[in-house]
Amino acid sequence: MSAVAHVLVVNPVPARSQMGSSLGFHIILACFGIAFAAVTMIAEWIGIRRGDAAALLLARRWSKIMAVLVAVGAVSGTVLSYEMGLLWPGLMGRFGAAIGVPFSVEGVFFFLEAIFVGVYLYGWRRLSPWAHWWSGMPIVVAGLLGALSVVAANSWMNSPAGYTLSHGKITSVDPVSVFFNAATPYETTHMVLAAYMVTGFVTAGVYAVGLLRGRRDRYHRLGFAIPFTVAGIAAPLQVMMGDVIARFAAHNQPVKFAAMEYVSRTTRDAPEWLGGILINGRVYFGAAIPAFDSILVGFSPRTQVIGWDSVPPDQRPSLPTLIHLSFNVMVGLGFFLFALAAWQGWWWWFHRRLLMTKWFLVPSALSGVAAVAAMEAGWVVTEVGRQPWIVYRVMLVSDAVTPASGVPVTLGVMLALYAVLTVVSIGVPMIMSWRWRQEAPAEEDTEQVPYGPPPAGASPAGPQAPPAVPRASSGGPEAP
Amino acid sequence: MSPSPEAIAVAAILFVVIAAYALFGGADFGGGIWDLLAGGARRGAAPRSLIDESITPVWEANHVWLIFILVLLWTAFPPAFAAIMTALFVPLSLSLLGIVLRGVGFAFRHTAERLRMLRVTGAVFAAASLITPFFMGTVIGAIATGQVPVHPAGNVLAAWTSPTAILTGFLFVAACAYISAVFLVLEARQRGHQDLMRYFSLRATAAAVLTGALAGGTFAELSSSAPYVYARLTGIALPLVAISIAAGIAVLAMLWLRWYHALFLRATAAIAVATVVWGWGLAQYPYLLPTSLPLAAGSAPTASLVAEFVVTGLAVLLVAPGFALLYFLQQRRMLTAAETDADLRLAAKIEQAPPGQPAAAPAPAGTRMTTALVLAMLAIRAIRDAFSSPRRR
Repeated sequence: MSAVAHVLVVNPVPARSQMGSSLGFHIILACFGIAFAAVTMIAEWIGIRRGDAAALLLARRWSKIMAVLVAVGAVSGTVLSYEMGLLWPGLMGRFGAAIGVPFSVEGVFFFLEAIFVGVYLYGWRRLSPWAHWWSGMPIVVAGLLGALSVVAANSWMNSPAGYTLSHGKITSVDPVSVFFNAATPYETTHMVLAAYMVTGFVTAGVYAVGLLRGRRDRYHRLGFAIPFTVAGIAAPLQVMMGDVIARFAAHNQPVKFAAMEYVSRTTRDAPEWLGGILINGRVYFGAAIPAFDSILVGFSPRTQVIGWDSVPPDQRPSLPTLIHLSFNVMVGLGFFLFALAAWQGWWWWFHRRLLMTKWFLVPSALSGVAAVAAMEAGWVVTEVGRQPWIVYRVMLVSDAVTPASGVPVTLGVMLALYAVLTVVSIGVPMIMSWRWRQEAPAEEDTEQVPYGPPPAGASPAGPQAPPAVPRASSGGPEAP
Repeated sequence: MSPSPEAIAVAAILFVVIAAYALFGGADFGGGIWDLLAGGARRGAAPRSLIDESITPVWEANHVWLIFILVLLWTAFPPAFAAIMTALFVPLSLSLLGIVLRGVGFAFRHTAERLRMLRVTGAVFAAASLITPFFMGTVIGAIATGQVPVHPAGNVLAAWTSPTAILTGFLFVAACAYISAVFLVLEARQRGHQDLMRYFSLRATAAAVLTGALAGGTFAELSSSAPYVYARLTGIALPLVAISIAAGIAVLAMLWLRWYHALFLRATAAIAVATVVWGWGLAQYPYLLPTSLPLAAGSAPTASLVAEFVVTGLAVLLVAPGFALLYFLQQRRMLTAAETDADLRLAAKIEQAPPGQPAAAPAPAGTRMTTALVLAMLAIRAIRDAFSSPRRR
């Protein structure tokens, strides 16, 4: 038993678990921080431009949800900043001067985001419509650039560059090369697209449930169509991007790629494994497509794919099965979401209508969960795949971990707190939406919005055309 | 080896940012403390709603200063950051706990409808506002007294449980309460709440006296526990200390004379706090961790320091106008939270409360404060025991 206690105290496992769980939690909220403002602003734009009460109501309610998610996200982001030092003082002490640069840039954008979130969320009443709309624009831009900066820091860990080390101390830094390291363009694009997919599909999923329950009014159709369109545009781009990134990883981090694809020996005609568990060097329960991995990597079966035998065993990721299956899950779900978006896109192209069949709405309702799962699986691939390194081929995780005792305690507290945070960030929006329906069930089509067209007298039908006109009801919200 | 000008400049930026966090973040924490001391649901309704109104739209932006401190520290002075984060693992984790709880409180507050739920989230929010500045204070106290080794082998419990560190923790709590009460006097004035002006003026005076006393006590403690810092505080940094004391007295005078000038009162109170921060910074010079890690040995390569410079320039360029806009809108009361939902009903409830009652019955602050202090001491004892067991030497 004491051996177990010893492992718990000195091993990086508790620290890794804590970092992993807090990152895995924060990343979902970060997605909303990056993309939710854009989705909300599209609704607001439609609302102001077309005098559409339902769209404005959606925008206002989304911004209230945003207030909750942003508050929780700011907190969980702070936790991560602390944990960089609390858990990995070895990393920060030695490489802080390099990895800190993208983080500092992120700080500026986080500032900007926080400031304008304050203006946007609390300015509905008193600011003029377009002034309010524009106050949301810095959130969108800062979200994009902030994501770029933070992911650049993670890219640096995967593809360290821009520093010189002598006697274990950094002697010079090239901030630009740190920021724009080889992996930056790939990882950042992948993450921003993922953020738009997660936000779009999760939000659309909520309204898909409403549609399934028979609430097919304009409010619910728009609430589904706007985020679904955003995510649906991101999905095919993501599939293409994913293919490019996998090829990049095969060259830049071949051992990680080998774990992702079960390439044990460097070989030509490498098969593509679908599923399967690796036990004692053999793959069980998997299906192999002959030579397909080589084709994906170099467009020819003769392409040589580097296996994990290229490095000594102690430099290989310890959990190849987890990495491979996560990779499969991510790719599979990515294609599922792409197919869903393509189906609706096809239908819209020919019929100018939203699909209302159960066959479409049930998967759509689940698309949010799928998008989150795909993103989390992607993070597992990139983070677990980098092991045992914290800075790829430069510093081991075990050299970076804190010598302070007490990480198992903070891990326990953190897990409990994050359970509470999860309940808050899911529960509060649910309570809100339940209350909105309780208070005024009829309001969703006609409610008087803070600004926008005055409701003609007390007439329950708004100033707009009757809400049942299909033409203006759905899809293509970006089109003027 | 003397520190490079870049290192000195970035250190100066760091202390400006720390002062900004102490003022803006501190005021938000102080708001939570006054929320805690505001008394029962009925009596505390009016001050609570003022606190809520003045904090809600800005707390997140104010919170980012902290992120900036962390980022500046780890980029520009990585060894100091690593040492502090390792040696002071426990108080930093606890201050983080406070930050998380406060965020939960904020997120939940505006949706909680029933009074009991409001009370729970309010209590979480308020307690967190007490925990965070206290433990941050112990961290600063530990650093100033030179108790953080450059290469710590693990937690250093003695560093942050020394009398100086604990006193610094209380000083931080009192300073937050003080700066917040002064700001709230002006918030109340702006909204034309005469009774709340008197209410917070009284509290600002009390907090100012308490802060002064704690500052004096900490100062006296430093003479034995941190001779280097003390010598410089009474030497080169003495003008800053003097300005702080003068500003503190000036604030007291303004409150006494009821001269609630929006700019002067705010600025004087801010100077009183900021000069203490800068005095501490100057007293530590040229050490990051007195007297073991000098600035020259602990700073990053020049390019990283220059990068921090550029980032700061970018921040001034982008963030300063943003902040100006945020505070301008906030001061013009263009940012309102109350719309539909519980907020509106709550606001209605508060307006029905008989006016003048909050000022008529000041909260029994003394007993509550004492209880809180005793509980905090017990908590520290418990935590100390819990964390020292695995590797007792």
